[in-house]
Amino acid sequence: MTTAQRTLIKPEPQRPRVTEPDVDIRICLGTGGVAAGSREVLQAFEEEVERTGVLALIRPREDTCSGRSAAVTGTGCQGLCAMDPLVEIHLRRNGSKSKVTYGQVTPAMVPEIMSKHILGGEPIEKWLVLTDEGPTEYNAFFDGQEKLTLRHVGIIDPEDIDDYLEAGGYQALYKVLSTMTPAEVIDEIKRSGLRGRGGAGFPTGQKWEFAAGYNSPDGVKYFICNGDEGDPGAFMDCSALEGEPHAVFEGMAIGAYAIGASVGYMYVRAEYPLALRRIKIGLKAAEERGLIGDNIMGSDFSFHIRLKEGAGAFVCGEETALMQSIEGERGMPRLRPPFPAESGLWERPSNINNVETLAVVPWIIENGADAFAARGYERSKGTKVFALAGKVNRTGLAEVPMGMTLREVIFGIGGGVKNNKKFKAVQMGGPSGGCLPESMLDLPVDYETINQTGAIVGSGGMIVIDEDNCIVDTARYFLSFTQQESCGKCPPCRIGTKRMLDVLNKICDGKGTLADIDFLEEMAAQVKVGSLCALGGTAPNPVLTALKYFRDEFEEHVVDKKCRAGICTALVRYSIDAEACTGCRACVRVCPTGAITGERKEPHVLNQELCIKCGACYEKCRFDAVRRS
Amino acid sequence: MTSKATESDTAEQGLEERFDELLDHYRGEKGALVPLLQGAQEIFGYLPEPVMRRVAEASGEPLSKALGVATFYAQFRLRPHAKHTIRCCHGTACHVSGAARISEEIEKYLGIHAGENTADMLYTIEEVHCVGACGMAPVVMIDDRAHGKLTPDKAVDVVQAFRAQVEGDGSGATNGGSADDGGEADA
Repeated sequence: MTTAQRTLIKPEPQRPRVTEPDVDIRICLGTGGVAAGSREVLQAFEEEVERTGVLALIRPREDTCSGRSAAVTGTGCQGLCAMDPLVEIHLRRNGSKSKVTYGQVTPAMVPEIMSKHILGGEPIEKWLVLTDEGPTEYNAFFDGQEKLTLRHVGIIDPEDIDDYLEAGGYQALYKVLSTMTPAEVIDEIKRSGLRGRGGAGFPTGQKWEFAAGYNSPDGVKYFICNGDEGDPGAFMDCSALEGEPHAVFEGMAIGAYAIGASVGYMYVRAEYPLALRRIKIGLKAAEERGLIGDNIMGSDFSFHIRLKEGAGAFVCGEETALMQSIEGERGMPRLRPPFPAESGLWERPSNINNVETLAVVPWIIENGADAFAARGYERSKGTKVFALAGKVNRTGLAEVPMGMTLREVIFGIGGGVKNNKKFKAVQMGGPSGGCLPESMLDLPVDYETINQTGAIVGSGGMIVIDEDNCIVDTARYFLSFTQQESCGKCPPCRIGTKRMLDVLNKICDGKGTLADIDFLEEMAAQVKVGSLCALGGTAPNPVLTALKYFRDEFEEHVVDKKCRAGICTALVRYSIDAEACTGCRACVRVCPTGAITGERKEPHVLNQELCIKCGACYEKCRFDAVRRS
Repeated sequence: MTSKATESDTAEQGLEERFDELLDHYRGEKGALVPLLQGAQEIFGYLPEPVMRRVAEASGEPLSKALGVATFYAQFRLRPHAKHTIRCCHGTACHVSGAARISEEIEKYLGIHAGENTADMLYTIEEVHCVGACGMAPVVMIDDRAHGKLTPDKAVDVVQAFRAQVEGDGSGATNGGSADDGGEADA
């Protein structure tokens, strides 16, 4: 059936629309920005604004949520974490507009930016990372990106609902409630080709269709948002929630309308305090405005969202475990079927989607399925957010059309490997994924292609590893993670990962044999088939891909007793090159066991018997006189 | 002496009151075990046995089940926890950027291992998997504040600065390093 046009209350910002401000200062307050000191920078700007009396020029509005004056806006993650704290400054003078971004700003730089640039009109070139005039080396980070999911993140104030509404927020929900039937919504999402961004890549529209097809005796259905982003090395859900929580609420409400759910849960890691805080602020504001709750926008659709804090268990990212956890149980996965669509949370039909998936839903509704499907590659449509981290020059969050090659992402957007070191591998998909070597850099990033390599797209973490990282140690790192996080239900996962970890420890300790490598492969196969959920089913992937592409490094560890990266301490030997040593005694002072001796200005000597191979001398020496072999 | 005792008594009463409120708030609600444990831990800092018993009773579950849930999740602590938490991130990006050395130096500086409290019950070191600031790896979080792009030396500096801030103002700090009290402190 086609719905007759219903008259609903169109969501509008409550504060009066103001003309564009003359001075607009936006500071990244994502977790990464804060880690770099952006709170202090924000404070410095606020003080400077006050001191110079420039306040009168700044957008005259009150922040409705926090009650503070919004002279300076704190935004979510602006993307280029490598240059955090980032400060974006928009100026309007004599009819012309300019926008620039400063990087690695410290409070000490603020007075100069204020006097020379904001008051004097002359940007300070040496600190700029982006301008709207000439390109800088950082333009490449943004050029290849296309922001659909994160379109408001890093631009608006996530703690101010009016900012989201001014940017067109909740219009997609309005469109859905006033002009679309649930079936039409599902059809739209199906046609868009959107697939679950949490890792599995299951078609979202199809998932909604299943959930819509089941009814519970008491009419209760649940719509759940999975914000238990547990992959170490992925932070896009964190940034989406911190940067624009309303987009996620809106996506949830649209999905709930489509499947006929009236209650929603957001399950978010307790390790994300900032995201939790902003969700709480946002939910309260959305409820007050009638955008979430009873009779949304005056319609007969009601949808309530409850927030559940995860208590620290990686396995809870698995959907059945997550629901167990909401029910107050130990978060252990259960056998499927029945699938959650039929019997999920409290045995009611339930649908569960990842944060990133939900955050892009409003965009699809507004711009149409075709626009989304026009982007992407083969069966992987639209854009995906990747978290670039590790040994890459420009770390940060990048949203790109699917199908871009690994090389374009890592070397184009990411600017290549830090300190001109040699690229060794890119780790994709975290503990369920694997390390891909240089020879695979020209592969397009889409679900099918990456699956064939043995890694997975997963939630989108891309950790670059260079020649200073040991591939065996990296595999061991992931195994130790999954071994700790195994819920213990299935013996192949509980015991198998432990046995694999034991063997990897043995290899890193220099006691491995060639038979151990065979054992790893054999055990990996057992763990894969014998585990109920994806945690165990994919736990061996990091080891298997490492063996597939870097077998020589494993063999080097067991046969030559050598770790080429110098990471596995048992296989490393430190010595002092008498020629290069200047006798500065820096290493003598730092050595915790007194293994290094020598007079000032005389070459020092390292006693191998006493050396515990901590590497402190190696880090300290400024003359490359401490050698690692 | 007596005034101090009454002070701590009232503080304790305040905690008990908050705990009662929490229990009443969730009594009879299904699925409340996890939020009950989270709330109780926030009040007391950890989950001692008497607290566990009352949580179990309020949630209508046997103590064994409450304990089973509490030990399943990494967040819950059955032993006292120091006032401030230093979380060394061991996510992938931090691991490949040298998190192990950073943990080592902080442990050495405070003289405790991860999972332990300092004797003055001011600091606990925890190793955690990913705090979501991978772009700034390696990262250490002190309470709710993240510090990024650390080296082993810088990490110790950050902890040292935090210590000075915490211990510098107030009770008999030894070498706080902050020039408060309006006078000279040491040589």
